[in-house]
Amino acid sequence: MRFITNAKRRRPTFNLGGEHMSLEMFFQHLANGISLGSLYALIAIGYTMVYGILRLINFAHGDIFMMAVYFAFFGIITFGMPWYLSFIVAIVVTGVLGITVESLAYRPIREAPRISILISAIGASYLLENLAIVIFGGRPKTFPQVGLFTNMVKIGDVHIQMLTFIIPVVTVVLLFVLMYLINKTKSGMAMRAVSKDVETAGIMGVDVNRTISFTFGIGSMLAAVGGIMWGLKFPSILPLMGVMPGLKCFIAAVIGGIGNITGAVIGGFILGVGEILLVAFLPELSGYRDAFAFILLIAILLFRPTGIMGEKISEKV
Amino acid sequence: MKKRNLILTLTAIVVLLLFLLIADKAFDSYVLRILNLCAIYTILGLSMNLINGFTGLFSLGHAGFMAVGAYTTALLTMSVTTKQMNFFMKPLISPLDQVVWPFLPSLILAGILAAVVAILIGAPVLRLKGDYLAIATLGFAEIIRVIFTNTQSLTNGALGLKSIPVTTNLFWSFGIAVFTIFIMVSLINSSYGRAFKAIREDEVAAESMGISLFRHKVLSFAIGAFFAGVGGGLLGNLIGAIDPLMFRFMLTFNILLIIVLGGMGSVTGTIISAFVVTIAQEALRVLDEPIIASIPALPGLRMVVFSVLLMVVVLFFRNGLMGTREFSWDKLISKLSKKPLAKGGTK
Repeated sequence: MRFITNAKRRRPTFNLGGEHMSLEMFFQHLANGISLGSLYALIAIGYTMVYGILRLINFAHGDIFMMAVYFAFFGIITFGMPWYLSFIVAIVVTGVLGITVESLAYRPIREAPRISILISAIGASYLLENLAIVIFGGRPKTFPQVGLFTNMVKIGDVHIQMLTFIIPVVTVVLLFVLMYLINKTKSGMAMRAVSKDVETAGIMGVDVNRTISFTFGIGSMLAAVGGIMWGLKFPSILPLMGVMPGLKCFIAAVIGGIGNITGAVIGGFILGVGEILLVAFLPELSGYRDAFAFILLIAILLFRPTGIMGEKISEKV
Repeated sequence: MKKRNLILTLTAIVVLLLFLLIADKAFDSYVLRILNLCAIYTILGLSMNLINGFTGLFSLGHAGFMAVGAYTTALLTMSVTTKQMNFFMKPLISPLDQVVWPFLPSLILAGILAAVVAILIGAPVLRLKGDYLAIATLGFAEIIRVIFTNTQSLTNGALGLKSIPVTTNLFWSFGIAVFTIFIMVSLINSSYGRAFKAIREDEVAAESMGISLFRHKVLSFAIGAFFAGVGGGLLGNLIGAIDPLMFRFMLTFNILLIIVLGGMGSVTGTIISAFVVTIAQEALRVLDEPIIASIPALPGLRMVVFSVLLMVVVLFFRNGLMGTREFSWDKLISKLSKKPLAKGGTK
């Protein structure tokens, strides 16, 4: 029942009048779609980076995202930190969490068959979810409102949350920072080398373990930024809140071409905007909202398995 | 030797039957429920192991197939008045609201429908490999769940079905479990089974040996889904109430835990670990209650233990309990008898 009330609380943001769609309405939906898409993009980057390096679906990524929301929540509510400090602490702690998950669950079996690593990833995801239920409690909590982000602005006839504009800006800025990091710095060069060929990169003197930890750290921190903004946008937070966004963002990464960061961002936008517009134009299908992403995934996998930006990989025998 | 093994197997089945006859009378409903669940999880574990362990297709769509089976069986076995009681929001669509079938044909149809869904899903999706296949099958299970939540006049939507006739008893569950074991063992030792294992070991090599990858993958997928559907039907008619939320990823996770713990690719291992995991899940309920009076209860701690267990098994004992080994009477007897067997040409 909890999920139903949750969905009901959320719906008014998107489902404003499907019958008479004015131009203002359309732009409001589009703005909502773009901001949701930016959140998806931030989380999808983490998936795509990890997949690029380890060829592994980090099933725990969605739960790391959930943990970040709780960290920020406890920073503000329990420890009484100002919001900016709490957000920074939450982002750093989440990065550490990502690195810890990698070193405990993935590093020991890096050489094992693919299926074992995948099971370990599922186990890690499940462990985080259940730990969250035990430690944080299964009941939904309300994420604190931060005026700067959650105040309404009025443009023409429509009221839009500040957050709707802030999220895409933050995403684009972070994307440029990340691009700089990967293309211009030494650590970025190491990451690119490891993703091309782990063994050779190791022989050439790249510290493979450190690079992989670094990748997990960056990916988790981006997920944390996404998570905090998610908490501001959808204030009801739950231990299982990471599951659906996690799966959808993986799908976004696949749509964009897994392993490609720009692709992940594009995929995130396609998914976010598509989802919102589907609900806005065809409100009778709104119950199928969560299925939309999966149908899109299967269509993409069948017709263009490498995604929009992905390179074609031929199989070695 | 073959004759002796056959006699031993038949004896074991008779012993099991005697045990069930006594258990049915002697134990209370709580213990009976757990025993039923053990048998049902054996069926589910075997069906998933056929797809994941023997054919090497990492599929996470089991909850979806179970949902198809459970809903089919429930809708076919419920009486007309129960259906009217359940569907008070919107009436059930026309032929189904008058049809009442006996349990066995309903179960068989449940399995067939699940297999048909599997073929429809598998035909496009089984071209994918590894983690892509995992996420696509997971997606399909989610889609099935979303569809079932939204088709009010067929599945009663999020309200679920209640007062399903509780037909499943020890004889049904263990009978079908033994039947499943028999089918699985025969299948795995047939030429099809060898083809499945060849695909698991190396797809390219298997294909170049003349094995049709597509046909065998779809076959394995459909047979697995058939038994998942039957298991889902048994489960629904054991518990007596189903709703779409029951068939979330958690259900697939439980079955995955069973096959990983027992050994991917071992029938014996799956049977043992289905019993161990099901009984342990009940026995560890203590963890969810307050252990010391002063410390408040931590609900959910039990599932933390199970997730840690899964990870420990994958990280340190990758082969599980049995690896790919199987139980056989010959091995048991040679272990029990003091003098070494099979010396010279006696075998």
